[in-house]
Amino acid sequence: MMENAIAWIFIFPLFGAVACALVGMRQSKLCYPISGLSMLGATWAGAETLMQAVQSPVHEVSYILGGWTLDAFPRGVGIEFRADLLGALITLVVLGVGLIVSLYSKLPVREETPGKEPLFYVLFLLQITGLAGICLTGDAFNLYVLIEVAALTGYGLIAMGTNRAAAATFNYLILGTIGASLYLLGVGYLYIKTGTLNMVGVQEVIQANGLMDSPSMQVAFALIGLGILIKMAFFPFHAWLPNAYCNAPTTTSCLLAPLVTKVMIYVMIRMTLTVFGVEFSFESTLWSEFMPWLVVVAIVCAAVMALAQREIKRMLAYLIVAEVGYMVGGVWIYNYYGLIGSIFHIISDACMTLCLFLGAGLILRKAKTTHFDGLRGLFAKMPLTMIGFFVGGFSIIGLPPTCGFFSKWYLITGGMVSQRWEYLVVLMFSTMVMVVLFFRLIERIHLAVNEEGKNLGHGHGDLGLTEEQTRFDEGPLSMLIPLLLAASVVLVIGIYNQDVVNQIELFLEPFDLPKGTGRP
Amino acid sequence: MFEDGAIVNELLVERLNYFIYVVLLLIGLHAMISKRNLIKKLIGMSIFQTAIILFYVSIAVKEEATIPIYKAEHDPHGEVHHHPEKGGEEAEAHHGPVALKDEEIKQYANPLPHVLMLTAIVVGVATLGLALALTQRIYQGYGTIEEDELLTKIERADDRASQSPLKSNQSQSPKKAKGSATAKKATASPSRKSGSASQGKSAAKRKPAKRKPGSGGGKKA
Amino acid sequence: MKLLSLVPVVAVGGLLLFAAQDFPEWGDPASPASTSPVSSHFIQSTGVDTEVPNMVTAVLADYRGFDTMFETVVVFIAGMAVLAILKSSGRRKGKREHEVEAEPDLIVTNTVRLIVPVIQIFAFYVLAHGHVSPGGGFQGGVVMGASFILVALAWDLEVALARFSAEKCILVAALGIVLYGGIGFLSMLLGGEFLDYAELEKVLPVSREMARYHAMLGVEIGVGFTVTAIMFALYANLSTEGRLKGGL
Repeated sequence: MMENAIAWIFIFPLFGAVACALVGMRQSKLCYPISGLSMLGATWAGAETLMQAVQSPVHEVSYILGGWTLDAFPRGVGIEFRADLLGALITLVVLGVGLIVSLYSKLPVREETPGKEPLFYVLFLLQITGLAGICLTGDAFNLYVLIEVAALTGYGLIAMGTNRAAAATFNYLILGTIGASLYLLGVGYLYIKTGTLNMVGVQEVIQANGLMDSPSMQVAFALIGLGILIKMAFFPFHAWLPNAYCNAPTTTSCLLAPLVTKVMIYVMIRMTLTVFGVEFSFESTLWSEFMPWLVVVAIVCAAVMALAQREIKRMLAYLIVAEVGYMVGGVWIYNYYGLIGSIFHIISDACMTLCLFLGAGLILRKAKTTHFDGLRGLFAKMPLTMIGFFVGGFSIIGLPPTCGFFSKWYLITGGMVSQRWEYLVVLMFSTMVMVVLFFRLIERIHLAVNEEGKNLGHGHGDLGLTEEQTRFDEGPLSMLIPLLLAASVVLVIGIYNQDVVNQIELFLEPFDLPKGTGRP
Repeated sequence: MFEDGAIVNELLVERLNYFIYVVLLLIGLHAMISKRNLIKKLIGMSIFQTAIILFYVSIAVKEEATIPIYKAEHDPHGEVHHHPEKGGEEAEAHHGPVALKDEEIKQYANPLPHVLMLTAIVVGVATLGLALALTQRIYQGYGTIEEDELLTKIERADDRASQSPLKSNQSQSPKKAKGSATAKKATASPSRKSGSASQGKSAAKRKPAKRKPGSGGGKKA
Repeated sequence: MKLLSLVPVVAVGGLLLFAAQDFPEWGDPASPASTSPVSSHFIQSTGVDTEVPNMVTAVLADYRGFDTMFETVVVFIAGMAVLAILKSSGRRKGKREHEVEAEPDLIVTNTVRLIVPVIQIFAFYVLAHGHVSPGGGFQGGVVMGASFILVALAWDLEVALARFSAEKCILVAALGIVLYGGIGFLSMLLGGEFLDYAELEKVLPVSREMARYHAMLGVEIGVGFTVTAIMFALYANLSTEGRLKGGL
């Protein structure tokens, strides 16, 4: 049983989804406990797999589905699930976020999509299956199928809401299909030149046949990279993200916003390091020359657009685009610390975005709006929610002891050490912008000043609201406890950051990345 | 330019399959990006995915090879009669599964791209089904499937939705504002401009003084 | 706008053709894809490992069976998502503007009445014979789903729904995935990896290779269930905008 823990990661949600479809059609109230139990089982399996990966001598768990073991059959005959330290860490994050959102989902699902709960939970659990599978698979074509599983469930989950959500999903679908198809085309180019689909197998063939200079490999790299950049909403392909995440039902945005783009960044790291190899990706292609400049443009535009928003969810969506820029930049400055920062930022960004979106959902429920002007007096009304929300906010800014501080620390170190001053400057600039964003929000909520700075109450500190409007009226427990859990995870990861970074360093060791400047 | 070994010969004769699939792919991509009708975009998506499928299948071709299903002499459950040599053993009537020798591999086309494309075709069909359902939902909700008309309607709705809830409440007591502020997420917070007919009734009740002069029947959708 | 969008399109085309100079010629038997150990293993040893003559089915259902399981899940997701998107809470009564009321035609209905059983038997044949000739679960499932759609076209959607209702569609689709995942899960419980069909020899009185052969048929049947149900559900929902009344 224990040696199959990696299979249990997807067995639990898959069978949970089927159970929701079978049982939920009659008794829709059973879907919530079924989903909670499946996620609990999957999270246990994910933790077990991480333990196995940490304890194994090669720091990975290899599992070939179908029994086509490597001693008897060539590599690539069966589909391999390879959980090395990076994959196992990200999988655990995905499963943990899924668990917290599934606990949170009871009331919002019932209220925003009435009559469709079983369908929601089926799509929810299959989305988790797809995302966890992406982080574990070691086969390039299997990755495409799982990307499509995650994408199709995402389209269904978003479009379940209002008509506006359906219109936003169409644009998302067109762009997402272009992205996934470009990835598939890139895999086809890889296959033509190497003859295998297994990720490690491709790397072996590239090394053995010296394919690093061939133009088709360069184009394959470009196609795969372009496809993944579209799917992770890297500027200028980000157009689908704000509309899709803002108009989606609450639980959907809580699930998709922290996970989907981060998992795509994991795919980019996997393709760069494991499939194409450090030498090809960073030295043969020109990507590490021009990508940091694109990243600068991306982060500046995203930060400025976030400043212009007047509504919480839209602001958070543009912040996601900026965070994606951080992580992409961390990879392409070609530095050891930059990659540590990038990987740690995947983990911490998932947790803090989860915090923020959970909080936004609670605010929407109680204040009936997420526009900045509708949030007066919320500190008095919902102090716990606001604490949870602002833990996420401080983590985005990068205040210790939240995990965001440590991941930004490594990114800044990477920028400095590799002498990529443009990346460093833009990191500082965007941190300033985020400080402005969140403290402006605090001021709006706590002090109640309107657009022109005019005080809305009768004096300093008086919010101009009645006693009833500032009475303590927290959100329901089923939504509040997951938020506080997420906030505590953000703090715990920050406090124990050295343990996480140790595992990341163990993963990065065989890749021999430069610790100084990467440019020749 | 047309001599042997030149671009044209290499591209159009020896590697014709790659050239054809690139042309199809560009047609599909152009349709997806530039057409304004949603259904035409979906047709472009379908062409785009078909081009990729064609590309993969063309990789599997081997000259003078047959389909990847075992011929009679290699069939694992097959019966092949070997005629006995002069004074040799008896006729072999039935044989079990045989592992092929290396030169026999050339007789069969590569099965792997076919398998991959079975999966890709199914994924393409699923995406197309989902996209058509979305198009129907958009038509139900907005009454149009032309992208420019759709964008106009959506922008108008988005403008209404991003109105601050404070501005509409300035002329009233906070209690009344809270009561009328129960907006669903998709519909607008109480609009200052007394806009389309559906909002006209409730808006008219609340603030007759704020209605702009000459707005008549309000903005028509 | 249209001319502007030609620029990235042509750029992508140029990029793709730039790579084509490096590719092997069309049909070259010495290309890396054709001579790789993976593809050679499939051609050489499919008979020895699985005793299935059709290499494509063996690779699809056994060697890369995990991909096929998720392909089935994708079909299932499409059906569920279409339901989720189009299911309404009972608005929009009455006929749609494009709907036409017509009597079922005598010749069409009688021809369909004769043909549909033959089509369905052919669907079973395509599914089961996929081991030996081109065919398999997806192909057979689509033919079977098409037979129900033919009934809906010849008569009325209600007639087809009376035979294969919407709840039954979801049930059958989910059962297909349970069958596929269940066979894989059983193999795991018997000591192998997930989807290691050879372990089923411990419960079936056959050799390891024949256990793979029979398990492949089992998973193909599961795939056929799901594809049939979802094809018909897609048709029923798309042609009626989710209301399941009226239709083409």
